[in-house]
Amino acid sequence: MSAAPLLKVSELRKSYDAIRAVDGVSFEVRPGEIFGVIGPNGSGKTTLFNSMLGQIRPDAGRIELQGQDVTHLGPLQLNRRGVGRTFQTLQVFGRMSVRDNLIVAAQEHQGSMLKRLFMPGDSGLGAKADALIDQFRIGHVAHKKAGQLSYGQQKLVDIGMAFMSDPALVLLDEPCAGVNPSLVGGLSRLLKELNETRRGSFVVIEHNMDFVMDLCHRIMVMVEGRVMAIGTPAEIRANRQVLDAYLGS
Amino acid sequence: MTDFLQLLLSGLATGSIYALAALGFTLLWQASGTINFAQGEFVMLPAFAMLACMSFGAPLGIAFVLTVLLAVVVLGWGFKRGVVDPLLRFGMMPIVVATIGLSIAMRNGVRAGFSAEAHPFPNLFADKIFNVAGVTVTLADIGTFALAVAIVLATQAFLSRTVTGRAMQAVAQNTESAQVLGIDVPRMVFYTFAINATLAVAAALLVTPTYLAKFDMGEGLGTKAFFAAIIGGFNNSRGALVGGLIVGVAENLAAAYISPAYKDAVALLIFMLVILFKPQGLLGRKEERKV
Amino acid sequence: MKARHLLLAGIAAAVLLVWPHFLKSYGIYLLSYWLIYIIATMGLNLTVGYAGQKSLGHAAFFGIGAYTVAILLKAGVSFWLGLPAGALLCFAVGLVLGFPALRVQTIYLAFATLGFNTAVWLLIRNEEWLTGGTFGINNIARPELFGFSLEGNKAYYHLVLVITVLMGLLLWGLLRSPWGKAFTALRDNPIRAESLGVSVRGYTLLSFAIGAAYAGVAGGLFASLVQFIEPAPFNVAASIMMYLMVVVGGPGYFLGPVLGAAVGVILPEWLRDVPGVANWYLPAFGAAVVLLMVWLPDGLLSIPDRLKARREAREASALRAATAAATRQEVSA
Repeated sequence: MSAAPLLKVSELRKSYDAIRAVDGVSFEVRPGEIFGVIGPNGSGKTTLFNSMLGQIRPDAGRIELQGQDVTHLGPLQLNRRGVGRTFQTLQVFGRMSVRDNLIVAAQEHQGSMLKRLFMPGDSGLGAKADALIDQFRIGHVAHKKAGQLSYGQQKLVDIGMAFMSDPALVLLDEPCAGVNPSLVGGLSRLLKELNETRRGSFVVIEHNMDFVMDLCHRIMVMVEGRVMAIGTPAEIRANRQVLDAYLGS
Repeated sequence: MTDFLQLLLSGLATGSIYALAALGFTLLWQASGTINFAQGEFVMLPAFAMLACMSFGAPLGIAFVLTVLLAVVVLGWGFKRGVVDPLLRFGMMPIVVATIGLSIAMRNGVRAGFSAEAHPFPNLFADKIFNVAGVTVTLADIGTFALAVAIVLATQAFLSRTVTGRAMQAVAQNTESAQVLGIDVPRMVFYTFAINATLAVAAALLVTPTYLAKFDMGEGLGTKAFFAAIIGGFNNSRGALVGGLIVGVAENLAAAYISPAYKDAVALLIFMLVILFKPQGLLGRKEERKV
Repeated sequence: MKARHLLLAGIAAAVLLVWPHFLKSYGIYLLSYWLIYIIATMGLNLTVGYAGQKSLGHAAFFGIGAYTVAILLKAGVSFWLGLPAGALLCFAVGLVLGFPALRVQTIYLAFATLGFNTAVWLLIRNEEWLTGGTFGINNIARPELFGFSLEGNKAYYHLVLVITVLMGLLLWGLLRSPWGKAFTALRDNPIRAESLGVSVRGYTLLSFAIGAAYAGVAGGLFASLVQFIEPAPFNVAASIMMYLMVVVGGPGYFLGPVLGAAVGVILPEWLRDVPGVANWYLPAFGAAVVLLMVWLPDGLLSIPDRLKARREAREASALRAATAAATRQEVSA
């Protein structure tokens, strides 16, 4: 891994009236790294995420992606710069087929809007979508409407959509939420595979401790809007403060 | 100046009637996401119903009560069970189109089945004129205004001070939570429809004496009610009163000071300004865009 | 496209070409009327059905297209220039109408477009120097093509047919391109779409502009068809009827406008001729619309999808029943 960080967040702050949801958070994510964010409910993880994704405007602080200031960019511009995301509540396009969902997830990166009017329906992304469908093992439902799939299958489509445009940074918002415990291991394997083959960086919010410890290279613990600790899974597990505040003994 | 005051006062009277229709319209939207494009016809039908009752010899008061009962059953319960309930989960489009069909059917049904002409309607208030500080004011204007405002305020008091009313508000704000709290959601929604029907009959009682009963009287009234509801604030029932009064007064002033041709344009202009700069209405709360 | 679809399309084309020869002049006129409304409804179907916007102001563009052609014809400009001019003007105005759509959502947008329609209608009605006001513009000529006069109803019908098919093919191409998916994404989940790089702003504006341009073309053809225009067909009630046509036909279904326009234009006429209906044709129409919506909320063309869904549900429950029976057998064995 190279030295320059892919993502650098400096002193990010966001308050809602008197509540300091994010209170001076700083961290870096290296290229190719899987970075976990954990913490109790209300610790500011979701607000941090939404600030990073341009859904809400931070009050103060800086967000740099590949050296460029992206603090005040919206979701559209961030996507164009190579940021992908999944959603905590499933957000697939229910009335489109699975394959079309994947295609639309990357088509806006193929040429200009006008050029796309004259491209074939799949914008040349058909093969890529098929490859992802194979990798995710959802070939048997690829032509069904996404809304008809089971929750777990929709979750996979959601994740697949985030990766279709080969983003440099993917933010995953509670990927295990609502997923059958027996499938969590498979999800972890899949994400590791994607990380190795595509060499993108991930930032993962998650409550499932086993999943986080197994998947992430480094973990950041947030409590009450502040960073309590950043370190490898082993370091975090051994950290007295974290154990007391969050993990329990 | 006296002219201005006169126009203001008669505008307030007309506006208070718009407020009645707008209030029902707003309540329906809040409680069940129904956009009722037949709201004007919901006022027109009771007008003819009351006329029919009176043609059988009933006095106005009895006709009014009978029509309210009929309206609650047909325009309240019937409308809810027959049209709104089956379509609610399909989003706004089918309900909008269904109420459009309903308005076409009602309007032309009255024309074909009853009459295409305008019919006179008895006035609640005697034909008296007052002269206050040089301003001429009819008893009808004052009476209409007072009665309409009283009805609106009574409805709002019912909604905010009674248990049933607060339950209805809870349903309007968050149906799922209300259900979890044990509130009988379908019944509360029905009460909303029943209130809308009653308000429509009241509006008919107050507006028809001046504008006469005609099959197409609902068209203009319906449009004004929409405008009034939006201007005042679609997610706030107090807004209906404010919106209605603004539309009524603005219309009157425009017709006199600008030109009758552009009378409709003034309400439209205010409406457009509100939509573009404060879409939630003058009294409305900002609606968050949910992720 | 499957062979079956091509065959159906071929039969439809043949019928549409030959039918007028069996009809009287009024029947041909009505067919042209229907085709024109198909074009207008196709545009609205894009805006409302495919892109999920709310537009209750479509008749305003219909009017702008009609008056552009009529006014230019009176000024000596050829129909063949006036028609594209009207379409371009509508495209531009449609873009402008798209901007409020970026700021207000759903029901408020619907009312904003309604306001826009009223404003345009008021302008048409009051600015007599330009539009003739309530007196309208009459003696609108029908065009000539390479020396052939398209004056007659039958000849004009063929022109309208050709243009309808062309506009249909253009829309088909557009929807099959990546733009089609972008519009659907915009409709189904604008927040997700934005996070995937779909420019919600761009596609929203385009959906209004293209829809408006279609109405403009339809309006231009309308002017030369009816040869006398006045403000009435371009008011809010007309917009509401167009919206009705989209929803009844089936929003987001390509051929929805064909059925929807038939319901809006031909059904009332047909009802008028049904014995015993007479004056009641409009209330009957209104009642029919209500019943249609309650029975088929997704429009007429949702029937195949519904049948398919019902069949799949039956198969799934049969499968479940069979599995349950097999399990019971195993357990009891």
